[in-house]
Amino acid sequence: MSTAPQRMDRIPDMSVNIAGIHMRNPVMVASGTFGYGPEYADLVPLESLGAIVVKGIHMRPWEGNSTPRIVEVAGGLVNAIGLQNPGAEKFIDEIMPFLRRHDVPVIVNIWGRTVAEYEEVAERFDGVAGVSGLEVNISCPNIKEGGIAFGTNVKSASEVIGRVRAKTRLPLIPKLSPNVTDIGIFARAAEDAGADAVSLINTLPAMVIDIEKRTPVLANVVGGLSGPAIHPVAVKLVWEAAKAVRIPVIGMGGIAAPRDAIEFLVAGASAVAVGTANFTDPGTAATVVAGIADYLVSHGMKSVRELTGSLRLGN
Amino acid sequence: MEIEQASILRHQPCGGAYRELVLNAPAIAASVRPGQFLHLRIPRFEQAVLRRPFSVFRAEGEHISILYKTVGAGTMALTGVREGEVVNVMGPLGNGFPSSSPGSLPVLVAGGYGVAPLYLLARRMDMAGIIFIGAATSDDVLCVEDFAAFGWQIEIATEDGSRGARGLVTGPLDAWLASRRCPEQPEIFACGPDGMLRAVGERAIKAGHRAWLSMDRHMGCGVGACLGCVQRLKKADGSAYWGRVCRDGPVFDASQIVWNNG
Repeated sequence: MSTAPQRMDRIPDMSVNIAGIHMRNPVMVASGTFGYGPEYADLVPLESLGAIVVKGIHMRPWEGNSTPRIVEVAGGLVNAIGLQNPGAEKFIDEIMPFLRRHDVPVIVNIWGRTVAEYEEVAERFDGVAGVSGLEVNISCPNIKEGGIAFGTNVKSASEVIGRVRAKTRLPLIPKLSPNVTDIGIFARAAEDAGADAVSLINTLPAMVIDIEKRTPVLANVVGGLSGPAIHPVAVKLVWEAAKAVRIPVIGMGGIAAPRDAIEFLVAGASAVAVGTANFTDPGTAATVVAGIADYLVSHGMKSVRELTGSLRLGN
Repeated sequence: MEIEQASILRHQPCGGAYRELVLNAPAIAASVRPGQFLHLRIPRFEQAVLRRPFSVFRAEGEHISILYKTVGAGTMALTGVREGEVVNVMGPLGNGFPSSSPGSLPVLVAGGYGVAPLYLLARRMDMAGIIFIGAATSDDVLCVEDFAAFGWQIEIATEDGSRGARGLVTGPLDAWLASRRCPEQPEIFACGPDGMLRAVGERAIKAGHRAWLSMDRHMGCGVGACLGCVQRLKKADGSAYWGRVCRDGPVFDASQIVWNNG
């Protein structure tokens, strides 16, 4: 007598806990691709997201780069916005009240040009109601000082994470640069310096030239590449980072469909973030959540946590 | 702001290199204002991560349309979509033109496909004014019959002189501004390339007329999140800042715009 396949009639458990932040699902939206929340609120129910990671905040307002700031390439986007932001006080006064009205974890991406600036902004957010954690941007390729300069030198990365650690009780999530020889060393340095999780990857340094004018397309000359073009690069780096640390890894880079997110989870990520695809289709995160749930059901898994690090190697 | 799966009702040549794409998009059609735009995901153009922005041209009942010319890979791919296909449309986006000031005379200035949002503006106005249409050649002069049917005075300029005055649209505009005898204060509404907008804006400011300029930009998100399409603007106190063309615009008061983005 054969047994009919048992269809699981209960919905799989999609919840995750990343660095003490409880999320109803593992699908976040990545910094810089979702504004501060209100911009997309008419189109995306914010409560449907695992978490919102807001665009990078500095202690003081910052103008960012001149224009052009973005250019589309095959399978991606090169941007050099240059971290334009309203500054911590304006964000806390004008945008946090809006975010507090929504039942979704808010992770604030912070940056500085010096270690002292990172410390200052981290300290300012400590204790701000409605902030669930800090993503520490040590990997932006678009400003001359700070950013990637910290994220590509392991000693500076350790120092900035350790010093920020001392200034806040909030969960700390350094965002790692892909532009390093061995991502495992940086992930481990972050863990040793007190990080609660790491997120990766930030954009890949890139350049586009107008061949008629023979000038760079972007005013900043170079920018950062995001989108589907970088996804396999990101999967490899997430896999290596996850092997190197015990803290959770948040995978991002080119997610456009559920299978892209599932690859990150199988490679070792505990959560993922949708970035550039928010521009293509603001419903991408919701599609990814539904697709992961379908995958869990069809593969007989009860929880999304079973997927994390389930990669099979060898024969 | 909505996302609609809009079926294509008509997709037809519209004079010269231009095409009109007519969509069934009831929610967007019901709320769109002149000068607002749509952000289209172009079907079967999978290598693109970005949507493409287009001003709303016509909006009647449940239907809306855009007017476009092939300028790049996205519009090239768009020419291949067929009636009956479905397009994912986000909109209506942006601020749109303000209502014309009471007692003023509406003066529209169009460059090329910049005529699209001005058509809808004139269609929704309860008075007629004057429109200046500038184009490269006679094939690029669009919507003349529409404006004539609305009872508008029409002045045309083409760069090659094949229709109307030879040269830029600012030629007939300058002549009219210098010779006009009407008692009403002109209020200018313009859409076209940056060079035209800047020239029109500078003339308006010099003459003391209000001017509203609709800007055409490459855009990322279309909703103000990515800060990709910013434009340098002046505050009342004279300090400058980056405004978002997609969210704070695409229509700006000419006196706000700082043309050299420094």
